[in-house]
Amino acid sequence: MKPILEIRNISKTFTIGGKKKGYLSLRESFIEKFKSFTKREKNEQFWALKDISFDVYPGDSIGIIGKNGAGKSTLLKIISKITPPTKGQITARGRIASLLEVGTGFHPELTGRENIFLNGSILGLKRSEILSRFDEIVDFSGVEQFLETPLKHYSSGMQLRLAFSVAAHLEPEILVVDEVLAVGDAEFQKKCLGKMEEVSKNEGRTVLFVSHNLGAVKNLCRKGIHLKNGNINASGNTSEIVDIYLKSLKFSVPLNKITFNGPLHSKVILSKVLLNDIDPFSYPVQISQLDEVRISLVFSIKLVKPFRITLSIYKEGIRLFSLHDSESKTAPAGYINSVFILPKKMLRPGLYSIAVGGHETDKYGEWFWREDLCAFDISEEWDGDIEPINLGLINVIAKTERIIL
Amino acid sequence: MKHSEPIEYIIRPPGKLSLNLRELWQYRELFFFFTWRDIKVKYKQTILGFLWAVIQPLLMMAIFVVFFAKALKISTDEVPAPIFYYSGLLLWNIFSTGIGAAGNSMISNANIIKKIYFPRLIIPISSILTAVFDFMMALLLFVILLVYFNFHGYDFSWMKLLFYLPLGLILTVVTTFGLGSFIAALNVKYRDFRYVIPFFIQFLLFVTPVIYPVSIFEGNWLETLLSLNPMTGAITLCRSAFTDSLIDWKMIGLSTFSAIIVFLLGIFQFRKTEAYFADLA
Repeated sequence: MKPILEIRNISKTFTIGGKKKGYLSLRESFIEKFKSFTKREKNEQFWALKDISFDVYPGDSIGIIGKNGAGKSTLLKIISKITPPTKGQITARGRIASLLEVGTGFHPELTGRENIFLNGSILGLKRSEILSRFDEIVDFSGVEQFLETPLKHYSSGMQLRLAFSVAAHLEPEILVVDEVLAVGDAEFQKKCLGKMEEVSKNEGRTVLFVSHNLGAVKNLCRKGIHLKNGNINASGNTSEIVDIYLKSLKFSVPLNKITFNGPLHSKVILSKVLLNDIDPFSYPVQISQLDEVRISLVFSIKLVKPFRITLSIYKEGIRLFSLHDSESKTAPAGYINSVFILPKKMLRPGLYSIAVGGHETDKYGEWFWREDLCAFDISEEWDGDIEPINLGLINVIAKTERIIL
Repeated sequence: MKHSEPIEYIIRPPGKLSLNLRELWQYRELFFFFTWRDIKVKYKQTILGFLWAVIQPLLMMAIFVVFFAKALKISTDEVPAPIFYYSGLLLWNIFSTGIGAAGNSMISNANIIKKIYFPRLIIPISSILTAVFDFMMALLLFVILLVYFNFHGYDFSWMKLLFYLPLGLILTVVTTFGLGSFIAALNVKYRDFRYVIPFFIQFLLFVTPVIYPVSIFEGNWLETLLSLNPMTGAITLCRSAFTDSLIDWKMIGLSTFSAIIVFLLGIFQFRKTEAYFADLA
């Protein structure tokens, strides 16, 4: 059987020139031209993908995982022809439909019906194909009452539903999905996952899936590819790859190589880290959602002014919150142990990254800081307080009430 | 998207320029849908709707008749002033709205370009087709205007009009397309063009014989210079149905020549940069 996608030595580079960000204007590029006479400012080449090769066979479902900036989305964009590769080539033997973001081309002034036609044709459907699937699309979306209403009056959930149902009825040979499941209400998320499962498992169509949701990747994909800094770090069976990915996050730097940034970096050594009594530099840490997360940090410190230690928790590159330990009145040179305890049931399942630092508490205090120190995985376990479906990053167990008026 | 015949294609770094007309043909329905969307959106939530396509040239014509023909007494080559101005505005409006819309089209559709692949040329072409739709609307009024004048004794050749107006239209569309896609491509990289476009169109109005006839420059070197503007040829062709004088084919030739140059330049620039639109937009 011939591969449906032959990906050969794909590389992609972006030019990142000094402060040249955002849009160019003619004036700027004239100035740049002029500057380049006086002093050579070399444009940096950033390799988003380096020599990627792999085959995809019909019926494969492949999950692509990796940290932010590992090149996952760039790879999908090249496969779906949105951006060209710098080197290499891909041979494709089937139609590709990409769901890089559902609802592409939706226009708020047009009605639901009109948007189905517009969106469908942008995604590559013929008019006749849209017509023959129209009822199915409408049924799946559940917005039939509002078909003649302009899209701008739809709720965002309704827009998403309509968008996904058009996309779900594309029936391409290769479906490329990038994080579509980030939004939507509970019932609809289930519907979407079900549809993707149907597409990949029952209909035997080829699916490429990029997500940070390791659970969904494990569930939907039989094979996995772990991208790291634009290279394929590992590929194979999904659960193996997910494990490798988790480990790669934890073993990236051994503890004795951990260094801090900032003016005080030379005065501080991190000598021990424990997450629920496990050393994250030796074992991948998995903590149940129902348990507390206890982060214990031991520093050796040579500071003279009072200071405090700060801990930040990141998820998918977003800083969720920061905590400080109690400020020391004196600044003993020696060892300190700062402990942070996160309440149970607060962090939702997924991968979290820890950043640690500190600063002197007087007015002109200096600081030290380290991002991506180590990571831990919160595993799924549910009870009455927390629900599997939640549209946020963290769980909040709050008092709510309803009064019937 | 069920296909009986196996499809196979190759994605590789952008190389030699090719128009890839076959691919454009495969995506032909998308022309319709983009044009249809633009027309729908343009006239949605307006009371007058499609009438706007007629009101604009009509008002312009009225202003030109009052100020240029009546007050300033600028020659209209013995063509009734309303017909003279309206015939010029018909084609000029395709050009001006077409350039404006096509020039900004890649930016206004950036969210689609960044997410879905299709031949990018469809976008500026559809913007121009939208302008042609407006022309069709305005043309209806033109016919009414002509019938009215004809009824009141103004004599001209319908046959000539039927022959020359389409020629002028083709010349206009070719020019608009060339310049429009050229500006669209540059606009993706340099956002300055957003500000340049309105000024540019205003400037071109003065060097195009919409308000005045070419004959006022007769024998002058300015006439040759003006002929290099493709719109001069287009409008002159369209108006030739109303004058007895022979068509100056040298002028038409020059206009056609520069229209083709503009067209090729536009496509070349567009094709050269289109692969990177998604990275830049």
